Amino acid sequence: MTSGRFEENDFFIDPQRCIGCKSCVAACGECATHRGIPMIHLDTFDRANTVKTGPMVCMHCDDPSCAAVCPADAIKRTEDGVVQSSLSPRCIGCSNCQIACPFGVPRIYEQSAQMMKCDMCYDRTSIHLKPMCATVCPSQALFFGPKAQIEKMRKNKANNQFMFGDQLITTKVYLMSSQSEDPTDIDVMAFMADTHLGEPAPWE
Amino acid sequence: MAELPLSKEAIQEKFGPHLKFDPPGGWDAASATPEQLVKTHCCFCGQGCGIQLKVKDNQVIGFEPWEDFPFNEGKLCPKGVKRYMQGSHPDRLLYPLENKKGVGYERVSWNAAYDRTVSAIQNIQAKYGKDSFAVLSGVSLSNEKSYLIGKFARVALQTKNLDYNGRLCMVSAGTGNKKAFGVDRAANSWADILETDLILCAGTNISECSPITTDYIWKARDRGAKLIVVDPRITPIARTADLILPVRPGTDSHLFNTILNLMIQDGKIDHDFIREHTTGFEEVLNAVAAYTPEECEKVTGVPAASIRLAAKWWGEAKRSFLLHARGIEHHTKGVDNVLSCINLVLATGRIGRAGCGYATITGQGNGQGGREHGHKCDQLPGNRDITNPEHRKFIADIWGIDEKDLPGKGLSAQEIMNAIHAGEIKGLLLICFNPAVSLPDSLFTEEALKKLEFFVVIDFFMSETARFADLVLPGSLHEEDEGTATTAEGRVIRIRKAVNPPGEAKVDWHIFCEIAKRLGKGKYFPYNESEDIFNELRVASRGSHVDYYGITYEKIEKNKGVFWPCPTLDHPGTPRLFEGGKFAHPDGKAKFHPIAYRPSGDEINAEYPIYLTTGRVIFHYLSGTQTRRIGFLTEECPEPYLELHPALAEKHKIAEGDAVRITSRRASIELKAKVVKTIRPDTVFIPYHWPDKQSANRLTQRALDPLSKIPEFKFSAVRIERIGPAQAASPAARKGGCS
Repeated sequence: MTSGRFEENDFFIDPQRCIGCKSCVAACGECATHRGIPMIHLDTFDRANTVKTGPMVCMHCDDPSCAAVCPADAIKRTEDGVVQSSLSPRCIGCSNCQIACPFGVPRIYEQSAQMMKCDMCYDRTSIHLKPMCATVCPSQALFFGPKAQIEKMRKNKANNQFMFGDQLITTKVYLMSSQSEDPTDIDVMAFMADTHLGEPAPWE
Repeated sequence: MAELPLSKEAIQEKFGPHLKFDPPGGWDAASATPEQLVKTHCCFCGQGCGIQLKVKDNQVIGFEPWEDFPFNEGKLCPKGVKRYMQGSHPDRLLYPLENKKGVGYERVSWNAAYDRTVSAIQNIQAKYGKDSFAVLSGVSLSNEKSYLIGKFARVALQTKNLDYNGRLCMVSAGTGNKKAFGVDRAANSWADILETDLILCAGTNISECSPITTDYIWKARDRGAKLIVVDPRITPIARTADLILPVRPGTDSHLFNTILNLMIQDGKIDHDFIREHTTGFEEVLNAVAAYTPEECEKVTGVPAASIRLAAKWWGEAKRSFLLHARGIEHHTKGVDNVLSCINLVLATGRIGRAGCGYATITGQGNGQGGREHGHKCDQLPGNRDITNPEHRKFIADIWGIDEKDLPGKGLSAQEIMNAIHAGEIKGLLLICFNPAVSLPDSLFTEEALKKLEFFVVIDFFMSETARFADLVLPGSLHEEDEGTATTAEGRVIRIRKAVNPPGEAKVDWHIFCEIAKRLGKGKYFPYNESEDIFNELRVASRGSHVDYYGITYEKIEKNKGVFWPCPTLDHPGTPRLFEGGKFAHPDGKAKFHPIAYRPSGDEINAEYPIYLTTGRVIFHYLSGTQTRRIGFLTEECPEPYLELHPALAEKHKIAEGDAVRITSRRASIELKAKVVKTIRPDTVFIPYHWPDKQSANRLTQRALDPLSKIPEFKFSAVRIERIGPAQAASPAARKGGCS
């Protein structure tokens, strides 16, 4: 069992492994803090053309745009680098954070009339448990552990620097590159023979 | 008579499925500190993932991952995460119910329910003979219950007609395994997947039906292992595979025969292993000689070059692991398909060593254990043969009965339903099985159920099958009883009681023991607790290939599971079978079986030109009677759909979301179209978890594999037509379809 300590571990998203099962979404929603509302988002890219899916947690920017644009100073970053949900007495629900985030993470929730987002399970990590999504993820597309460990285990590379226009963003969370081909458009016909039984084929 | 007392709609209004979104008592209650964290396992597939249930006030209020359990190390699929919602569900059956025509289901006392059950059994058996009363069971039940129900049918009812829903699941693999290896179990624990160099997945949608296995495969791929996937659909695990073989439904054995022939031609087989550890290779060599890649391309629709590449990789691999599941097994030639896969493994000698293995991925919660302990029409405990005089004597002695009183081989599950329809079987006791949804040709099943003179069901929810029962007895959930299960790996695990059954519901095995007692057979069922049943099971399995004698509750808990065979108390268990090339047949050798490719049981022609295949989605379990009540899971996938390729959709002018009629030789159903490039354009797919007008199984056929008696769920001939634009979503369909 990996300890949840931030000093020893980092969070990695490896989208190539995602199987779209939404276990992360189901488990995130179980949190006593946000009670049935999942903070992690799972994107189905384009089901007509692929089965590719990808989970999105907060990337926890070193210099978070969401906090910078907040007129109420409601978004705080902890000393260990976790960008938290808005402070509910301060948040005015203006959506500035939602618009400013380069990763599309923050959302305003009607139920609580505030911006809430992934806080990397601060309730769990603060008592040395792993974040819930990375604990349950069946394919370990979400991984929480030492960077040295994942670099040794997996062939793909971890990156936490992203260019958005001219802006360089450095994040606490790492995104893994694909270790083999991971097409966003995959047609079974590309893998089939031209021949078929009977004439004409049922699709012709 | 087993008629519905009210309309299906009226029954549904009262008994559900209703959707439950929140934990018992709401989120405030769920945030409270639990009194107990119970280390047990998920009930929703053959992987048996470890999970901790949070318990307060005799209710399961949530879950916590169990990271120390070695198989899944805390990982869970969404069914596992949300499984705890079943316990306190408003649809739970809380007291015995009697079917009153025109009125509904009326509450009766347990005493009245037992009296009626016992007198109905006695009357039917007196009038029509012992075998006219049948038992149908299921393998989501523990090993203890599976064993007990086998004994109950044979000793208390003295009927030969006992079978189980594993007949719809693992029997083709089990039959093939016994023929080839002499024993029916995954040859390896999943730890050997981690060390392999080449993985072949045939007919297994691992990401949705065995999700944790994905991580084992990726860890092997991280080390450089290659992945080959054989499937008519590009599933999530196939998306990134190194080689995709999108085989035409029903042509699997042609592909495997051809691959073997290519390997033989190229000299890529292990002659030493074949000579020393197998028999029957000459016949296989002759049988596959005529299978060329060019012919295979025509039959399977897979390019000859891809077939050659698969043969090259499989031939040259140093270590390999072959996994298959229902995709190749749900056929009238399911056993043939399994044996043609096993031939590929035996020809390379890559079995019984580190990183070298073979397994069927057992699907149901106790799909492995439930098929070992005498729960099947042809089987006695210890996977013994009910037609073998020595085996019969051994078990009769343990049960304290005369061998002559032990019934013989009975009918399999579908054959029991056919016999009910034909009026040959008049009474039925059913538990843990929802044939109204899960058997093929659903309209036939409904007709059959209505013909029963007496029908009693034990269940925790009003399943679509229970609706037809004369009596419904409220039973127990997985987390309401102590016991064991055996996972797809062959690992025996401990199921823990977290809470008591609610209301007047009873632990299942108590119900069987009480009925036995009232039939005058109480002395054969003297159990005080589940462990008493397990200890009898250990003795009954002793000396068989499936030897549990050395496994105790304490040992399972201490070791976090024990792999059978485990013949003595000091034996550590056996994660890997067949080490040193020793197999379970009397001569110690594995057997090759020549397989001749033959057509499927339904005919594709101009009237029915399209292949239909059915299967599961990640969010639902089997007939859905449990998962269709859980809000999160049902919102993610509220209803079935027709998955089809844009090329086929275009021909029929079908757009995404359109209403489509699908017609087979059995029936028609109407579903929404889901147009995706990830399925062969000559094939359509429907998930089977729904009943009635949405039931994929209204379309499927009752043709059976001659040996395993598995129905051909993965091959039906259909035609499709557009009805019109999308209809309004059903009430549950708030979020649209699932991926």
